[in-house]
Amino acid sequence: MPLAAAPLCLFLGRGLLPWIFATGVCWVAFVIAIALALDLSGGSVITYQMGGWAPPLGIEYRLDALSAVALLIVTGAAAAVSLYSRPSVLREIEPANHGLFYTLFLLCVTGLAGVVATGDAFNVFVFLEVASLSTYCLVALGGRKDRRALSAAYTYLVMGTIGATFFVIGVGLAYMVTGTLNMVDLAQRLPPIGDNRTVAAAFTFIAVGMGMKLAMFPLHLWLPNAYTFAPSAVSAFLAGTSTKVAVYVLIRFLFTVFGLEFDFEQFALIAVFLPLGIAAMFVASIVAIFQVDAKRMLAYSSVAQIGYMILGISLATKTGLTGAILHMGNHAIMKVALFMTMGAIMYRLGTTSIPHMAGLGRDMPWTMAAFVIGGLSLIGVPLTVGFISKWYLIQAALELGWWPIAMLIVMSSLLAVIYVWRIVEMAYLQPSPPNRQISRAPTIMLLPMWVLVLANIYFGIDASFPTTLANQAALLLLGGQP
Amino acid sequence: MDTDFIIGHYNYWLVILLMMTGLYTVVSRGNYIKKIVGLNVFQTSVFMMYISMGKVSGGTAPILETGITLYSNPLPHVLILTAIVVGVATTAVGLSIVVRIHQAYGTIEEDEVNDADHRMEFGKEDLP
Repeated sequence: MPLAAAPLCLFLGRGLLPWIFATGVCWVAFVIAIALALDLSGGSVITYQMGGWAPPLGIEYRLDALSAVALLIVTGAAAAVSLYSRPSVLREIEPANHGLFYTLFLLCVTGLAGVVATGDAFNVFVFLEVASLSTYCLVALGGRKDRRALSAAYTYLVMGTIGATFFVIGVGLAYMVTGTLNMVDLAQRLPPIGDNRTVAAAFTFIAVGMGMKLAMFPLHLWLPNAYTFAPSAVSAFLAGTSTKVAVYVLIRFLFTVFGLEFDFEQFALIAVFLPLGIAAMFVASIVAIFQVDAKRMLAYSSVAQIGYMILGISLATKTGLTGAILHMGNHAIMKVALFMTMGAIMYRLGTTSIPHMAGLGRDMPWTMAAFVIGGLSLIGVPLTVGFISKWYLIQAALELGWWPIAMLIVMSSLLAVIYVWRIVEMAYLQPSPPNRQISRAPTIMLLPMWVLVLANIYFGIDASFPTTLANQAALLLLGGQP
Repeated sequence: MDTDFIIGHYNYWLVILLMMTGLYTVVSRGNYIKKIVGLNVFQTSVFMMYISMGKVSGGTAPILETGITLYSNPLPHVLILTAIVVGVATTAVGLSIVVRIHQAYGTIEEDEVNDADHRMEFGKEDLP
């Protein structure tokens, strides 16, 4: 549906109309996604055949519990950000480009939702590129304020395209040995082939390609700059969705398509994904501690959080996967909220560098309070969502008897305390500069921000809905055929 | 690895050669336009891999004549048509970003752009 809406948006021109329209579309999509998720949490599968062609030949859309989680993330983030975006877009993007901005935004939502919904391996690539191309443009729109956005967008484009092309090579190789592109079909035909070198190559290409897209350490170089220099609304949306969708694709291919039958896959999970996940948790957190710019700090912390997801995936047990999927959703909630606070600070203060935030806790109380709660969630303090998913990850590590990994998870969470504390200290404990006049953030920015923050706490206390959904998804993934 | 193997798989050798040329160009060149050219070469190699995959020896396209039973697999070709469109779009976006970079920095060499960024970030410190 956002696909049909995107071109329409282009004609609405400047002014208020594109915003109202885009926001409406996102909210409708979000409501549909909630309805779907409630439907799918029972473990059923919905399929829809494009153009009436039967699945192995035609393109099939296929939704199960895992897709429901990802779809909720995408549409939820889109709905919140679209509502929030108005003031910050007014400030940061030329008026003539507003219609274009919302068109790109809707296209990006379309692409991401498409990736999640499709059951066809090549279709994933097409939608991924729809989403990525609009993302490159959205990042480049930040070029008016800071020209570094342009080179960031360029780096992202080159890295993203290489990643996508690797993915296509992998899909091509898999097609070569199986003669099918449908994911369910692939999953049935791959195991009998056994340890074939072509299959191993296909696996490697897909894993590396997706690793690039999801900014898996050490392929994350494009991410910090792209998030830092993009317009605030765009960073909020990207942080919540684009990497999560890539994680979704990785999980989908690792578990649904390839299954766990292959020796080389087991080896890759333990020997490659696990150390890289842990390395990401530590290296990115340590780098985050030394950032001057708060947005860039949050971007590095995103890389670290992706490390947790990779860790959960690599454990390949039910609890581990549940943790990874939960963390996908929870991280989306908290990071979107955190980047929204950054957007509000940018709107009032004109910069997000940490030394400039002195005393901001008194000038913008609501925004900074939202930041503190989001930050606590990032650390994983009990009663916030961050705690739930980390709890699952630690439990998964302990189940396998790998207690050093559980220790590492806790230790890297302590690093998060340091970088969140730096901002909190600056905002609350430092005096504000004497001649600064700053009013509170506009209500329309605060509203979605606080909805997300409250969701943060609510799902931290009563986690039954997301946990059931994630549990169901993990069951489906490990149970082979859904 | 005998001669037959090497000659029989000549299309794959070409694909690998092109792929590595493209990737090397992307990594090693500092000029933004040259990087995009490299990216294109890289993508083309994948297109060729798909297309040669659909080839059946002695096969032809089942159009204009009836009664043809041996024909090439059309699906990879269709897929690659899509991929080519994506590639063109990527190139267009990439080049337009390069144009904007040129307007903003006055250069399209990566190291000069990085220098300018670095000077901007650390050259004039105005922190309290």
